[in-house]
Amino acid sequence: MSGIISYGAYVPIWRLNRDFIGAAWGRASFGGERSVANNDEDTVTMAVEAVLDCLAGFDRDSVDGLYFASTTPPFKEKQCASMVAAAADLRPDIITADFGNSLRAGTSAFRAALDAINGGSAENIIVVASDCRLGYPRSDYEQHFGDAAVALLISKKGKPIANVKASNTISNEMYDVWRLDKDTFVQSWEDRFIMEHGYTENMTKTITGLLKKLNLTPAAIARAALYGPNARTQQQLARQVGFDPKTQLQDLLAANLGVCGCAHALILLVSALEEAKGGDNLLMASYGDGSDAFLIEVTAEVDKVKAGRRGIKGFLASKLPLPTYERYLSYRGILEPQPGEAFRLFPSASVSWRERNWSLRFHGSKCRSCGLVTFPIQRICYQCQSKDDFEEVRLSDKKAKIFTFSLDNLAGRSDDPVIPQIVIESDLEKARIYSIMTDCDPKLIKIDMPVEMTFRRIYEGGGMYNYFWKCRPVR
Amino acid sequence: MESIKDKVAIVGMGCTKFGERWNSGLDDLAIEAAYEAYEDAGISPKDIQACWFGTVTAPATGIGGTHAANSLKLRIPITRVENWCITGHEALRNACFGIASGMYDVVLALGVEKLKDTGFPGLGTGRGMGPVLEARRTSPGSFSLIATRYFYTYNLSPEEGKKTIGKIAVKNHNNGSMSPKAHFRNKITLEQVMNAPIIAWPLGLFDCCGNSDGAAAAILVPASQAKKFRADPVYIKGLGQSFDPLLPHARPNFDWVNWDALQNSSQQAYEQAGIKNPREELDIAEVHDCFTITELAIYENFGFSAKGRAKEDIDAGFFELTGGLPVNADGGLKCFGHPVGASGLRMTYEVYKQIQGKAQLPERQLKDVKLGLSHTFGGPPQVSAVAILGRELDKSKAKAK
Repeated sequence: MSGIISYGAYVPIWRLNRDFIGAAWGRASFGGERSVANNDEDTVTMAVEAVLDCLAGFDRDSVDGLYFASTTPPFKEKQCASMVAAAADLRPDIITADFGNSLRAGTSAFRAALDAINGGSAENIIVVASDCRLGYPRSDYEQHFGDAAVALLISKKGKPIANVKASNTISNEMYDVWRLDKDTFVQSWEDRFIMEHGYTENMTKTITGLLKKLNLTPAAIARAALYGPNARTQQQLARQVGFDPKTQLQDLLAANLGVCGCAHALILLVSALEEAKGGDNLLMASYGDGSDAFLIEVTAEVDKVKAGRRGIKGFLASKLPLPTYERYLSYRGILEPQPGEAFRLFPSASVSWRERNWSLRFHGSKCRSCGLVTFPIQRICYQCQSKDDFEEVRLSDKKAKIFTFSLDNLAGRSDDPVIPQIVIESDLEKARIYSIMTDCDPKLIKIDMPVEMTFRRIYEGGGMYNYFWKCRPVR
Repeated sequence: MESIKDKVAIVGMGCTKFGERWNSGLDDLAIEAAYEAYEDAGISPKDIQACWFGTVTAPATGIGGTHAANSLKLRIPITRVENWCITGHEALRNACFGIASGMYDVVLALGVEKLKDTGFPGLGTGRGMGPVLEARRTSPGSFSLIATRYFYTYNLSPEEGKKTIGKIAVKNHNNGSMSPKAHFRNKITLEQVMNAPIIAWPLGLFDCCGNSDGAAAAILVPASQAKKFRADPVYIKGLGQSFDPLLPHARPNFDWVNWDALQNSSQQAYEQAGIKNPREELDIAEVHDCFTITELAIYENFGFSAKGRAKEDIDAGFFELTGGLPVNADGGLKCFGHPVGASGLRMTYEVYKQIQGKAQLPERQLKDVKLGLSHTFGGPPQVSAVAILGRELDKSKAKAK
């Protein structure tokens, strides 16, 4: 039987105070704040972050599958899982698959990973769910939604921190919340209808069905990690199925994160794991075109994993305030920013492919003769001139510090007019890396400041999104 | 390895007015510079046997010598050269080799750049290393990295550092104000420099050179033939050029203060010219002040100032027109402007004119200029070129023959 052996998460650093949204539209604020992905982030880059958090302390070569789930992937045709796997520097001979189109995509991927492992197709699969859904400006959804990613490493081997004991599922066809293939913003039918015959009805069926299957009463559940479109509806459901919202219900994180699409049920599971102790029974349920429910039993191993990762708790604590609502509109592409200074070199599919080991996997070269580490990969050693005598070393997971910097006012787009140009010195053999800094207050940048690497979308050109690594202050 | 010293002479030069030449295209600029050079050398276009044509951005790369041939109606070998900001020097250097080899008797070195047809004020981003690595690198963003590290290395507060390099801008604007062909001819104060908008911290508006249109040209002949063309030819005394083996951003252990390309290129040229102490022996230097910090780095890497002590020389006015070694007497890139492919030849034009005593206005003519240097530094930066020019043939060498 397969179990969860690690978890990870990612929440963008930017938070938007909901009062700004209310003030912009002359309507009530729902209070608290929501996360907002930066203008160089999308569901792929956020997924990479969550995967790296999840794999901290694990051998990346042991992973033989990556499932990516999102309702907001950056591509309609082209796999995201393959790019996340490459950026996470996983082996090429692994199973990759994308799950999408439904708020249940996250738990669908989770179930598929369990099945693949139980069926013998793989031993270790990482499931990552990542979403950046957009509500119409002024809509409730705009305030309710947040952006985040979550990852779970599922394994037949290793010491599980939690075991999946049973599951229950229902498929339900209805237009309740949806986006057509051409839609940017989430559409929905009348709230009362979709709550009654959509969310509440289906969630109730899977949750009560699951408890019945296992012959458990709601009281046997230490924490219920229940997806909900908003906190009030989630709490109503919890009461209806017999959970005490105060003691048993995992907080929806509406006040400080927002509801993060198909990632959210798994986010709540990770939140529950962060607080769980050995022997706890967790019930996770997702909603979207039906419902999935899982009974998960926590083991004592959970404490060992907690320390080594940031998770939801760690990333929620590390934040910067978005100064305005307009900044949110621009970061999320709802307002079009004025581009920075023109590009002179456009992306090339063949160049990106040829250079994938340094541009995606972020490998440098380490000379076998003299030990010098250089980035990008150099065939001839800068120091001793030895030719083709190097091994590739991964720099994405190494910390670094700033060697020199400048704050460029020419290159940036109008919503981020200052681009910090940075030369960093890696903790790995002092390799020098030229980088742009993101997620920072440029005024605080100084020489010797510690930084870490983060995978980002660099720009759009030639019909492609171009991805690369940036640095940021250590979160 | 033989020295280039006293093998080649410049017998004519031309330089356009630099600036926003909205009414002039690449071809117009080429014609303007070349015909001034023909006239200065007293030759006809038919006398030219080969041409080295330097241009970087405009209108496209990969189109060879077409613009030189079409504009000047040349029916001779034309080679286009392009090497970052040292392109003008590359035209000069390769033309010198054409003469020194004995292959040609009269050649044209031409540098032209039309920057103001791009629709934006800078050189653009994403040039050089690859589609992703340099996606947001601009020239000011790159050269500011030098300033930040220099201030840190030598313990200058940002304010002290900015004041130090700001004085270079004040000097170059003062020089440019007297320079009829310069793009900018306004004097500025240190206060203006300090209060100017930031382009790429720590560099402000007045730390950055002009983005200009312009062209410059030189007519080269064997040194032995030079006096047949004119009484006051100027002789090539040394030519240096060097790359660094990696972009500074990626060079392991690089201190961002000691620039190998600068040191190597100047040393090559000094050795050929027989210069032991450039600070004392040179009468003028036209160096690559694309940004004020670059000029400071050049002082220290060319042996004009001791390491970490350029500030003392700047404060003492050593590089001003009245100082021990006037630098960028024509206003430099800062004020004369920086049409990339033309700059190396424009700087050489200033040294040539100063040696001949023909600086356009008497108030800017330096006294008794015997030996001068022109220099460009290009890339992010990564490559440097130096030319040393002299008034006299080395008689001791002639006698030895």
